Amino acid sequence: MNELLARTALDLAAALRAGEITAVELTTACLDRIEALNPRVNAFLHIDREGALATAAEVDRRRGAGEELHPLAGVPIALKDNMVTRGMPTTCASKILEGWLPPYDATVVDRIKAAGLPIVGKTNMDEFAMGSSTEHSAFGPTRNPWDMEHIPGGSGGGSAAAVSAFMVPLALGSDTGGSIRQPGSVTGTVGAKPTYGAISRYGLVAMASSLDQIGPVTRTVADAAALTELVGGHDPLDSTSLNAPVPDLGQAVARVAGAGRLEGLRVGVVTELSGEGYQEEVLASFTATVDELRGAGAEIVEVSCPSFDYALAAYYLIMPAEVSSNLARFDGMRYGIRVEPGEGPVTAERVMAATREAGFGDEVKRRIILGTHVLSAGYYDAYYGSAQKVRTLIQRDFDRVFADVDVLVSPTAPTTAFRFGDKIDDPMAMYLNDIATIPANLAGVPAMSVPCGLDGQGLPIGFQVIAPAHADLKMYEVAALVETLVEDVASACPAATWEETL
Amino acid sequence: MTELMDFDRAVADFDPVLGIEVHVELGTATKMFDAAPNAFGGEANTHVTPVSLGLPGSLPVVNGTAVEYAVKIGLALNCQIAQTCRFARKSYFYPDLTKAFQTSQYDEPIAHDGWVDVELEDGTLFRVEIERAHMEEDAGKNTHVGGADGRIHGAEYSLVDYNRAGVPLVEIVTRPIEGAGERAPEVARAYVQTLRDIFRALEVSEARMERGNVRADINVSLRPDPQAPFGVRSETKNVNSFRSIERAVRFEIQRQAAILSGGGIVIQETRHFHEDDGSTSPGRGKSDAEDYRYFPEPDLVPVTASREWVEELRAGLPELPVAKRRRLRQEWGCSEMEMRDVVNAGALELIEATTAAGCPAGAARKWWMGELARKAKESETSLADMPVTPAAIAELQGLVDSGRLTDKLARQVLEGVLAGEGSPVQVVEARGLEVVSDEGALTAAVQEALEANPGIVEKIKGGKVQAAGALVGAVMKATKGQADAARVRELIMEMVGA
Repeated sequence: MNELLARTALDLAAALRAGEITAVELTTACLDRIEALNPRVNAFLHIDREGALATAAEVDRRRGAGEELHPLAGVPIALKDNMVTRGMPTTCASKILEGWLPPYDATVVDRIKAAGLPIVGKTNMDEFAMGSSTEHSAFGPTRNPWDMEHIPGGSGGGSAAAVSAFMVPLALGSDTGGSIRQPGSVTGTVGAKPTYGAISRYGLVAMASSLDQIGPVTRTVADAAALTELVGGHDPLDSTSLNAPVPDLGQAVARVAGAGRLEGLRVGVVTELSGEGYQEEVLASFTATVDELRGAGAEIVEVSCPSFDYALAAYYLIMPAEVSSNLARFDGMRYGIRVEPGEGPVTAERVMAATREAGFGDEVKRRIILGTHVLSAGYYDAYYGSAQKVRTLIQRDFDRVFADVDVLVSPTAPTTAFRFGDKIDDPMAMYLNDIATIPANLAGVPAMSVPCGLDGQGLPIGFQVIAPAHADLKMYEVAALVETLVEDVASACPAATWEETL
Repeated sequence: MTELMDFDRAVADFDPVLGIEVHVELGTATKMFDAAPNAFGGEANTHVTPVSLGLPGSLPVVNGTAVEYAVKIGLALNCQIAQTCRFARKSYFYPDLTKAFQTSQYDEPIAHDGWVDVELEDGTLFRVEIERAHMEEDAGKNTHVGGADGRIHGAEYSLVDYNRAGVPLVEIVTRPIEGAGERAPEVARAYVQTLRDIFRALEVSEARMERGNVRADINVSLRPDPQAPFGVRSETKNVNSFRSIERAVRFEIQRQAAILSGGGIVIQETRHFHEDDGSTSPGRGKSDAEDYRYFPEPDLVPVTASREWVEELRAGLPELPVAKRRRLRQEWGCSEMEMRDVVNAGALELIEATTAAGCPAGAARKWWMGELARKAKESETSLADMPVTPAAIAELQGLVDSGRLTDKLARQVLEGVLAGEGSPVQVVEARGLEVVSDEGALTAAVQEALEANPGIVEKIKGGKVQAAGALVGAVMKATKGQADAARVRELIMEMVGA
């Protein structure tokens, strides 16, 4: 592997600024590795060599001309394929959007382009972000670089695999019920879901609007902080966007990492998120990390959030309801594929039906049907209405426990990466993998996953830090502390030893 | 052919109940949820953004001016204004609806529980209660090509223009309108007309019916008597002229009366109105009514209207049309009938402005409703588009009142003004049209006429006073009409010594 690729985004940014390397050199190294490994890993659905190199060359030219550039200018980045990119294919890993070239850029894409980060391509995902394994991609599953027989998590398996396999130092994912954190957990990467509204959703193809949030996928907490500072902040095009400046996450992370301690920190261990159904090794690694935190000055308390037991059920009512509405626009009329009925009249309804039949995968259809039922007259109160009440209870549980603790912690996922096919025919088993990540989405609070160890098979385990709404800074501090206390998991990924020529 | 009952018999046998939903397109600069221009016409699909096209990833942001306009409408209709309200998604599939849902308001409208007084032809006021007024967005427009008369049925293909998609609308829903009886068609028309006038007075919409800025859905049901429960209703969709509204109500009363009196059952359904013969025909049956699956729009935060802001808007409301009309009628001393003519002619504001410029109300009304209305009709233009300002009319009348112009001369001056020759004073000077008020010159002209017509002088002296008319005519002719005829007559009588 080109040794450049083992370095963190912030290291690379510093090297670029110092003139040690050029953006073209770095971007070329990424692209070469992506092109060499992607046939095996399938992390990317689209690779944009030409565009990325053009951006890199422009950054080199401007830097050469002495222009003041963004600190991350020239550092390559990959985007989950549900963020629209002007003139670059955006499919959400769905047949229905195959060949679609959006006529506009998402706000995060705008900001990345303005800062001069070469976009190397679009990463694979579960179709329309629905799944926990990236097996629901219409363009084939992504493989976990830690073990190619295992899933890379989902829905953001592509971004997680790309970062963990050293194909690219930075990526963006989206997290509706854990789609950044759970892949982060099973691929040994850092993934954060900020407070709802902290990063604009404009141009993120919606899965469930009230839950979706864009966030960083990186190998270090400091890189995640830097990327969040770049793409975060108020966006007048997103009415749910927070009207507050992005906190100085990078500085906070550097301070904590330097000190290795956080005096007076109060950490709550959620009993509901660390018991039955959790793999033993996951719990052991989690407990060991909690002990390390105690040693670093934290006060550890057990807290109970009883309503979390209903989070999964509420999530699987609210999410599909919004899915059924958000995906109703894919009708074969204006973009993406259009399928005409094999026989009989070509009416709008029949084209719509034929297009959806051919364009949507099983999981997407399952959730649309579920959501349509949940919202239909006569069932609304029983399903959607009750789920919203549970959501309120979960928010109250968070409010109550956050009165006593600064952050909550739990394992990010109940198990390490499972094998392909293990849960694909059992939706409920698949859904259970998100049990620890979902409450944060329902409450809109920030949460992130940091690698904290490996299981007996050498597969990574993730540690989740949850903070109160708008306390992203505190979350980053704790995550940075965890990172300093545990072994460097990300660098241990076997992909570090892969040669591009294999 | 639909069977109809005679209208008078229908309203004698049944009590009609109305319900009216009026949609008004707001005249904001941009659309309801995005920055695309809110402009009528334009090449297809040019007034659009990713948001109004409903492209994947696009998000709505509420137009603050549209909220302001909606609050103003709510206030003008004496509604309660919600302090916070929400948008909801109303789902249905149709190619002109880009997102497959319309962003609308459902259980939390911005304005609710109001009323409006509607003035009927005989001058009485009829109160219509308002259930709610809510904000929503318009859909695009389908054009079906290849079939008969633009219908989708039999068309080869359809074109969709999204220029109108996302245009802000306010929908105003009445409570059941009871007690209108035989006046139901008139009440329906007058209600929509009243709303149109209010929209214009508030300057929230051009409210042009012919452009579809204002559209009404008319619900009609009949019951045997006012104590009976409501009957089954029909909903006639998208009626967009005042006359059509009146005709649609009439037709539905007659149609339903015929069904009911024959022992039949009215079907709850939507119906289409036909301009050509004033009839309605069935649309989609309510039996396959859609389930809209409303739920709160998660992409929008709740809309808030603070008490202070609402009170500020209330204080800034203009005088509303019905009140204004009543006040002006008093001030001008018109009859109901005359006032209605003024309103129908679109002359109310013009006359008001002319009076404000110093013209007596009677004269202002005479100019606009007489000479100018006639000329507007001749040139097939509206009064408002005539090339003359209220100030010019006031100036013209001032010249008459000061004796510088006779009525006849004033009409000639007006010709000049309309022909673009300048202000009335400028036209008077340029055309030399002023009244001959020089007594010497007038006396000379009269003397001349007396001398030239000794026979007539004798007749006058003999007591045939009416013979003086011929002499007046001669003098007027000699002065090219610029003399004051009454003064001429006086001079003749003085000089004849009769």
